[in-house]
Amino acid sequence: MNIFCFGISHQTASLEIRERFAVAHSALPEFLTKLIRVPAIGEVVLLSTCNRTEFYVVSHDAHLAAEPLFEDIFGKVRPGDCQHLFRLSLVQTVRHLFRVASGLESMVVGETEIFGQVKRAYEEAVRLGATGKILNRLFQKAFHVGKLVRSSMAITRGSVSVGSVAVDLAEQIFSHLSECKVMILGAGETSEKTAKCLQARGAQQIFVANRSFERAAILAEQTGSRAIRFNEWAAEFEDLDILISSTSAPHAILTAEKLQPVLRTRRDRPLFIIDLAVPRDVAPDVHHLDGVFVYDLDSLQAIAAQTLQTRKDEAERCEEVILKQVDEFQLWMVRNCAATLGSTQSEVLRFE
Amino acid sequence: MHLDFLATLLVGPDRIWVGAASTCFILAFVYSGFALASGWPLAARNTLILIGLGFTALTTFLFVRGHAIGRCPITNYFELLVFMAWSMVLIYFGIGSTYRMSLLGAFTAPVASIILVSALSLPDRSIAPIKTAVDPWLEAHTSFSIVACGAFALACVAGGMYLFQERQLKTLKPGSIFFRLPPITALTVANSRLLWVGFALLTVGLSTGFFVKAEVDWRKVAWSIIVWSVYGGILFARLRRRMAARWIATFSIIAFSLLLGIFWGIRFISESSSVQG
Repeated sequence: MNIFCFGISHQTASLEIRERFAVAHSALPEFLTKLIRVPAIGEVVLLSTCNRTEFYVVSHDAHLAAEPLFEDIFGKVRPGDCQHLFRLSLVQTVRHLFRVASGLESMVVGETEIFGQVKRAYEEAVRLGATGKILNRLFQKAFHVGKLVRSSMAITRGSVSVGSVAVDLAEQIFSHLSECKVMILGAGETSEKTAKCLQARGAQQIFVANRSFERAAILAEQTGSRAIRFNEWAAEFEDLDILISSTSAPHAILTAEKLQPVLRTRRDRPLFIIDLAVPRDVAPDVHHLDGVFVYDLDSLQAIAAQTLQTRKDEAERCEEVILKQVDEFQLWMVRNCAATLGSTQSEVLRFE
Repeated sequence: MHLDFLATLLVGPDRIWVGAASTCFILAFVYSGFALASGWPLAARNTLILIGLGFTALTTFLFVRGHAIGRCPITNYFELLVFMAWSMVLIYFGIGSTYRMSLLGAFTAPVASIILVSALSLPDRSIAPIKTAVDPWLEAHTSFSIVACGAFALACVAGGMYLFQERQLKTLKPGSIFFRLPPITALTVANSRLLWVGFALLTVGLSTGFFVKAEVDWRKVAWSIIVWSVYGGILFARLRRRMAARWIATFSIIAFSLLLGIFWGIRFISESSSVQG
């Protein structure tokens, strides 16, 4: 028996090519049934996400190739597509799956969604009876490795997008976002995303102010918030906690001079300002006021970049953990599957 | 009878319990410091366990010493400092799970260690029952005042944490430690709550002092009123929203430093007077 991984991923192909091989979750049973019917395949798990489509296969055929398999499943493969497909042999497959489950193969290193996607793909294969002794063991081990890496390394720590960094900071200032009053000034795309991030973490009182009231009303409807007239935004400041500003004003619309009188009425309540506008809506001197914290695009992006770098550094440490787990799996294979592996594979395992 | 047996069992050089407590607090500090510096996930429970062990050791000391001298063990500066550290940890445990399970423990441990190591550097009396009659007003006065000091010490810790968090936010480059400390609004609430608890206890402590049947040391009275007024002033400013949270935190630290300074100052003056006498 041989273990292979055939696939296409964000590392080998662009989205334009990947989308032709994507399999919706609802279509998984149909595709898995097709795969099980391939005579050379003994066990199979099909993993399909927006970044990858991969078949984890146990086969008696040592020469099983990617191209004919993809043709069997997806129909005719275009000539140029073959160069984007990959085929991994036993040890490479084990290492690859452990890296995928740990988030190390993801586009955003350390993202956690992939763990659930691998789990769902495996469960679907189990439900259809497409797995056996080897893939069951391999995937259980992969889940163990994924959990181990996430719990003992800083691979998932921190946020890597502007919106989620802003939300993390807001949570470190206010504890509970459900009690915060949030105002969106200027209904741009980034402020909309940030507002949705805040909402996802519990923010309930959201106001939208925009020069075009209609646009404010549309965004308010989308986010389940309330639209207010643009000339009324300053009046809402007294009990405001978070301001997300992204107007297209050519100069700063909020200065320390304007803000100081309002701050006197709200002494010990911090004010968090997320300035996403270019040029900036908030004058730099506002950040120097007591209890006011202004984060612009540059500062949020710098934090996101720092987090990403930390995750990449941590990924090297994770590699050591993964290699140790690959060794353990190899040992299990030699002890339990030597008879079915055949002498060549066993020798390869021992050698590796 | 049972208490006598227990005290006999635990007796010996009772200062060893203070040493054990200091070791636990230092270990808690080193453990959390290492975890923070290395980015290793911090199990707040481990810090809590170490602080709990230290608190148990201090309670044992106070019990053994109290039993030996036949009164509340606050009869010299060594005992006063131990009682202060014990009060601080007691209030740390009583402050509420939100703050207790956060890194407040990591910051409480070094302050408790410093107080205990300072206490151990002081001369101690021989353990023998004190023959003079116990004045309950004096014991109430001293113990309430010292427990108030424990609350103020913890307010100082919360204030320090607030300033650290605020500084991180102002630099626009908050590090990983920032995301592992409590949010600044939670620290403002904790700081304020501790100041109120300390102030209420100090007020009770000073009030009971008026009933003590002993010669009045006017220097102590004057300094006590100054400390009470400083904390009262901070709380008044907070109540009237005259001061930003950053200044409340800063003054919590200044006021506690003043309190410790007065404590050591009075001790120094008392010792100088006794030497001259």
